[in-house]
Amino acid sequence: MSEMSTLLYGLVLLAGAVGLAAGLTWFERRLLGIWQDRYGPNRLGPLGALQVLADMLKLLTKDDWVPPFADRVVFVFAPTAIVIAMLLGFAVVPMSPDMHLLDVNIGLLFFLGMTSLAVYSVLLGGLASNNKYALLGGLRSAAQMISYEVFMGLSLMGVVMLSGSFSLQAIVRAQEDMWFCVHQFLGLYVFLIAGIAESHRLPFDLPEAEHELTAGFHTEYGGMKFAMFMLGEYLGLILISCMMTTLFFGGWLGPGFLPPLVWFVLKTGLIILFFILLRAAIPRPRYDQLMSLGWKVMLPLTLVNLAATGAIALWMEG
Amino acid sequence: MLGAGMTDSAGTAEGAADARFGADRFVPQDCPDGTPTYWVEAGELRKVLRELKPDFPMLYDLFGIDERLREKRDGQPPADFSVVYHLLSLTPFGQLRIKVPVIEPAEVPSVVDIWPNANWYEREAWDMFGIRFSGHPNLRRILLPPTWEGHALRKEHPARATEMEPFSLDADRQDMEQDALLFRPEEWGMERATEDTEFMFLNLGPNHPSVHGVFRIALQLDGEVVIDAVPDIGYHHRGAEKMGERQTWHSYIPYTDRIDYLGGVMNNLAYLQTVETLAGISVPPRAQVIRIMLAELFRVSSHLVFYGTFAQDVGQMSPVFYMFADRERLFGIVEAITGGRMHPAWFRVGGVAQDLPEGWDTMVREFIDAMPARLDHYEKMAMQNSILQQRTVGIGRCTQAEAIDWGITGPNLRATGVDFDLRRDRPYGGYEQFEFEVPVFHNGDCYDRARVRIEEIRQSLGIIRQCLDNMPEGPFKSEHKLTTPPPRERMLEDIETLIHHFLNVSWGPVIPAGEACVPIEATKGINGYHLVSDGGTTSYRTRIRTPSFALLQQIPLLSRGLMIPDLIAIIASIDFVMADVDR
Repeated sequence: MSEMSTLLYGLVLLAGAVGLAAGLTWFERRLLGIWQDRYGPNRLGPLGALQVLADMLKLLTKDDWVPPFADRVVFVFAPTAIVIAMLLGFAVVPMSPDMHLLDVNIGLLFFLGMTSLAVYSVLLGGLASNNKYALLGGLRSAAQMISYEVFMGLSLMGVVMLSGSFSLQAIVRAQEDMWFCVHQFLGLYVFLIAGIAESHRLPFDLPEAEHELTAGFHTEYGGMKFAMFMLGEYLGLILISCMMTTLFFGGWLGPGFLPPLVWFVLKTGLIILFFILLRAAIPRPRYDQLMSLGWKVMLPLTLVNLAATGAIALWMEG
Repeated sequence: MLGAGMTDSAGTAEGAADARFGADRFVPQDCPDGTPTYWVEAGELRKVLRELKPDFPMLYDLFGIDERLREKRDGQPPADFSVVYHLLSLTPFGQLRIKVPVIEPAEVPSVVDIWPNANWYEREAWDMFGIRFSGHPNLRRILLPPTWEGHALRKEHPARATEMEPFSLDADRQDMEQDALLFRPEEWGMERATEDTEFMFLNLGPNHPSVHGVFRIALQLDGEVVIDAVPDIGYHHRGAEKMGERQTWHSYIPYTDRIDYLGGVMNNLAYLQTVETLAGISVPPRAQVIRIMLAELFRVSSHLVFYGTFAQDVGQMSPVFYMFADRERLFGIVEAITGGRMHPAWFRVGGVAQDLPEGWDTMVREFIDAMPARLDHYEKMAMQNSILQQRTVGIGRCTQAEAIDWGITGPNLRATGVDFDLRRDRPYGGYEQFEFEVPVFHNGDCYDRARVRIEEIRQSLGIIRQCLDNMPEGPFKSEHKLTTPPPRERMLEDIETLIHHFLNVSWGPVIPAGEACVPIEATKGINGYHLVSDGGTTSYRTRIRTPSFALLQQIPLLSRGLMIPDLIAIIASIDFVMADVDR
């Protein structure tokens, strides 16, 4: 791609991701409404879709307040970190054979690195608020995310072994015969759980845990800064879904009657739906239960997966 | 002989007490509710209660009465105040009231070491009457703020703002009030640090998504582990007992709805049964069955709210919406019958306000036909979910002995394996005609507390069906002269009936002097109104014994050593309503 078109694509991607994340708030609320025998936002615009605009207006015009007892600089920086990290993560997502901002041979590592950076946002937000609920939320998030980072990274190594590359385009192409969700189902399972934990949504929203910690790490946040956290969360959700599509469900691959981009969007959309359904259905485990699930179940599973994949890969090579 | 009219075990206990202390020291009091009541001198109180505890293991209630303005107390020992100890034995059911006369300056020995739940009750009696309990570990105000002046239930304390000086908050007072609000862990019986750990104190509430109202717990934390949890109540105190001394017997009914605000007319029932016992009114069969049907509808409604919020508090998002939708259908029925929803205030002295409307049976039948399948669905969705089970099984365990010691009643008691339900074991208001099971579970943990309630919903649906199929014909109000409002058809027959009607409506009925308490199995446990009539148009003393009060007092015991999420699960599972605690 020329520089101009790369820039243009970058801008479209940026606007698309942010717009989609915003739209997703409405979509999720409507879906939850349907599943929970109630309406959800249905008043503003067709099917209530303009609710997003109203919410944005409200959040934008709210007082931009920083509590006097907070660490001001960190407090303001924290919510931006998650948005920046998540948006950067989109750079490596291949949406069709030639649609990607970056196709580097460390694409997967780049994605993992960006999600790791997002942890700082929650952690710093919790610490800088100087509030006990926020602190507890921050502590939980640090423990939860750092642990699940380990399994998330490890769970993808099987995919890397099979495709022989960290480049996401190469990983997609390696799935032409069979999607990795078939022979990497253990990896998929771990990645799915780790992905929810990373995006800290129900059932793994322990850093936030409304019923225990009021609002956890963002207790003290309001207005746009709060919106940034929410935006980051939804961006994370989309990003994780994109990555699941790419890594396990053949990315943009699909029968030729639809263009690759449509296949990619369809698959990602279904995964997002699944995430929303999980949120509606499952209760929240306790913090130590989540940790012991991680270290006692997830870690052995990924190691077994890794060893088996490695052995088979070696055997195939003969 | 003291034990006349009592059950066997109670009788022997009475007999033993009789032999040991000598019958002449006990002054009996005749109460219309038939509960044996004896006056015991303060000096002998602890000895007597210790003797009685093996036979009456539960301290059901402890409260004060200001006796100074009471006129009709023939045969009772002279007293400025009295402290009432209401004891229960569960199997077989028996009740006993011990009263202690107190002369100012009032002081009574504390019984906290005999019954741990006396702690809060004695604090309340101190708060409301200024009765000191010598030997109490922490005799502070409990419902009113520490800066309150006077003792609110004393007769000389004003009941309304218009009887007081206008409120003003000058700088000094503001400083004083703010200083009183400062959190000093020592005052709450908590240490700031041990040798190796410095604790964090977390103020949970009074505004917190999971405390179900305005309830505060001061938590002493080591990481997320709860070292100690000290509940702080009183934020929802509205002086309901004091209002009972101003309102007529009739006009107090709407206040009762708002005590356990999820129990609706169930509260009316607890209050009116006592009033009717004092007045000697017997309620006609149709009114009885209507009352039972509505009370059970409200039990279903309350348990549905419990079920939904229980799932919600362990982080499950959806169930609460389904259960509230069911409750909405149920409120549709309540609205069609009574015109009200959460607080219908629809029962009356001697019956109910109106007859059932046309078509009530179709509505009720549709509801009870649909519910079982929905409950099965919820069972799969919530109770069989493995994460929910992990969060609640074995968490917040309470043994039978602890439950009885702490005055726990209702579903929470049955979750520990105690097979006791007032509706079956001392039927009131017509329950003896109904067939139903009393669900009992044995682990006493959060999960079993939920299971008891879910089974109770099914049993209540069965009771409602029996009401539906066997609704008797006849009047919905008693013919008794104290029935309020009196039947209007009789109003214009002659001058006598007109005057009678006019007085009973404008002044309200005059209930004969006496004392009674007829407890009922309310949604959250045993609810009882101890009413003292001095032969007037209002109650002389209204004591509301609520189940939630006892439940909250037990929270520290259940939650020590667990984590914050466990504490939330415990709070969700014990099912309380703050208005029911603070009154």
